[in-house]
Amino acid sequence: MSEARLMQGNEACAEGAVAAGVRFFGGYPITPSTEIAEYMAVNLPKVGGTFIQMEDEIAGIGVVLGASLAGKKALTATSGPGFSLKQELIGYAAIAEIPVVIVNVQRMGPSTGQPTSPAQADIMQARWGTHGDHPMIALSPWTVRESFDVAIKAVNYAERFRTPVIILLDEVVGHMRERVELPQAHEIEIYPRRVPDKTKAQGYKPYTPMEDLVPNPADFGTGYRIHCTGLVHDETGFPSGSPSITEQTIERLHEKIARVQEEITHYDEFFMDDAEIAVVAFGGTARTAYAAVEAARSAGRKVGMIRIMTIWPFADSVMRNLAKRVKGILVPEMNYGQYVYEVERAAAGQAKVVSLPKYNSEVFTPDEIGQAIEELAAEVAE
Amino acid sequence: MKEIRLSGSGGQGLITAGIILAEAAIMEGKQAIQSQSYGPEARGGSSKAEVLIDDKFIYHPKVVNPQIFLAMTQQAMDKYSHDLTPDSIVIVDEDLVPRPHGSQHMIKVPITRLSVEHLGRDLFANIIALGLLVKVTGAVSFETIQKAVAKRVPPATVAKNMEALRIGYESVQ
Repeated sequence: MSEARLMQGNEACAEGAVAAGVRFFGGYPITPSTEIAEYMAVNLPKVGGTFIQMEDEIAGIGVVLGASLAGKKALTATSGPGFSLKQELIGYAAIAEIPVVIVNVQRMGPSTGQPTSPAQADIMQARWGTHGDHPMIALSPWTVRESFDVAIKAVNYAERFRTPVIILLDEVVGHMRERVELPQAHEIEIYPRRVPDKTKAQGYKPYTPMEDLVPNPADFGTGYRIHCTGLVHDETGFPSGSPSITEQTIERLHEKIARVQEEITHYDEFFMDDAEIAVVAFGGTARTAYAAVEAARSAGRKVGMIRIMTIWPFADSVMRNLAKRVKGILVPEMNYGQYVYEVERAAAGQAKVVSLPKYNSEVFTPDEIGQAIEELAAEVAE
Repeated sequence: MKEIRLSGSGGQGLITAGIILAEAAIMEGKQAIQSQSYGPEARGGSSKAEVLIDDKFIYHPKVVNPQIFLAMTQQAMDKYSHDLTPDSIVIVDEDLVPRPHGSQHMIKVPITRLSVEHLGRDLFANIIALGLLVKVTGAVSFETIQKAVAKRVPPATVAKNMEALRIGYESVQ
């Protein structure tokens, strides 16, 4: 571990990405994500990397896809308005299987909304923002230290599964500073860029899936011929109109993530041993929820907490099992109610699921969540 | 847990002061969180910084019970004082906050005037305020805050900032 220091969530996220091997950043500055671009502008050149501020948000992710195709681990960072603009190219990365990480430091929307105020209202956009069937990996850290760790995970998952990965920070965690001790380089596991296992003479095709269903297309400029497209394509990378190839492609894109779902579902349990009700929370809200749950426990209330890091793919089995263990589930989130509907679906009537939305541009107070815990406890006791 | 709120207008350096205070607490082996809130303006407008200091990990990252409230403008005094309690200690720049309120525990110091009179510019008001905060809260030692300030400010300004800290620290009993 390094020496303890005060660090901002955005800064830790950027530092984690560089530690994971990111050597290219393209983007367009937007509050509350700008510190990530600033960090990259200062630090990427020091490690032989490249920072480019582009003319807009779309170009910002465009160059990141290009850099990734050319062999660089690449990342862009934005907030709501920019995240909306980047959606088409996120879909392109999904079907062309380009490893790329998109950080969305969520702020109050829709549109320009409240630029400096926190929100967690891009949960569904992260999942379904780009059109068409596609899997998605989205991770949401709740501490500054975890912003570093999540960045490493995101880069590794993007590379390993050749898929876009979204880091869903929120303004609370992105902008707060707290004490951190970061791991040293030798303590960090890095997934290397995948390379072709065959030469052209041996029958290399860029999009032939390996055993893990992920292809190993060559990086541009490494002597291989490669065709990259947003159209449905066969193993050669060239477009195909075949219904069976189309079906196989959509199935494989989903299955390469579905088969590792358990491995990439990260969450914490707190005070769950004899809990009768549970709070499910993520990001900055989870910190307040923890304070509320801890206080309710001290008052003798049998309440526990599940803190979710992996927002997508949804933690189906975790929530299904939770609903069997407790009578009531409270879902506080800084939006009008989004994640709660997934929890409700997984709970399938086994427990009462209650939404606690907040959308006035301010963070929850521990008392607000504490009061909702009391109300739910009274309700399920009847 | 120590819960401290610093408020004023954008450009007065209060977010920097909050960061330095949190860094000083970490130097003493404590846990600390600093956060801020401000409008979309690049300059001007009200801003606040909050600092939490404790011996154990701090979950909720915002001030719930403001023990110490510093206001460097009347607008910030009015905007960020809604949750003060009778036990809160209110510290104001007496020239810039003509109508302090929210608590009987009031400390009035001409913070910005002290900066201009002793150091020639209003630039050091935030560090004078920091010295004052350290004296009132005892959150960190005077030696630690000196180290934390020296680490943050441009090398050529260290001597003046040390003087600013001392002025703030000695401005109250």
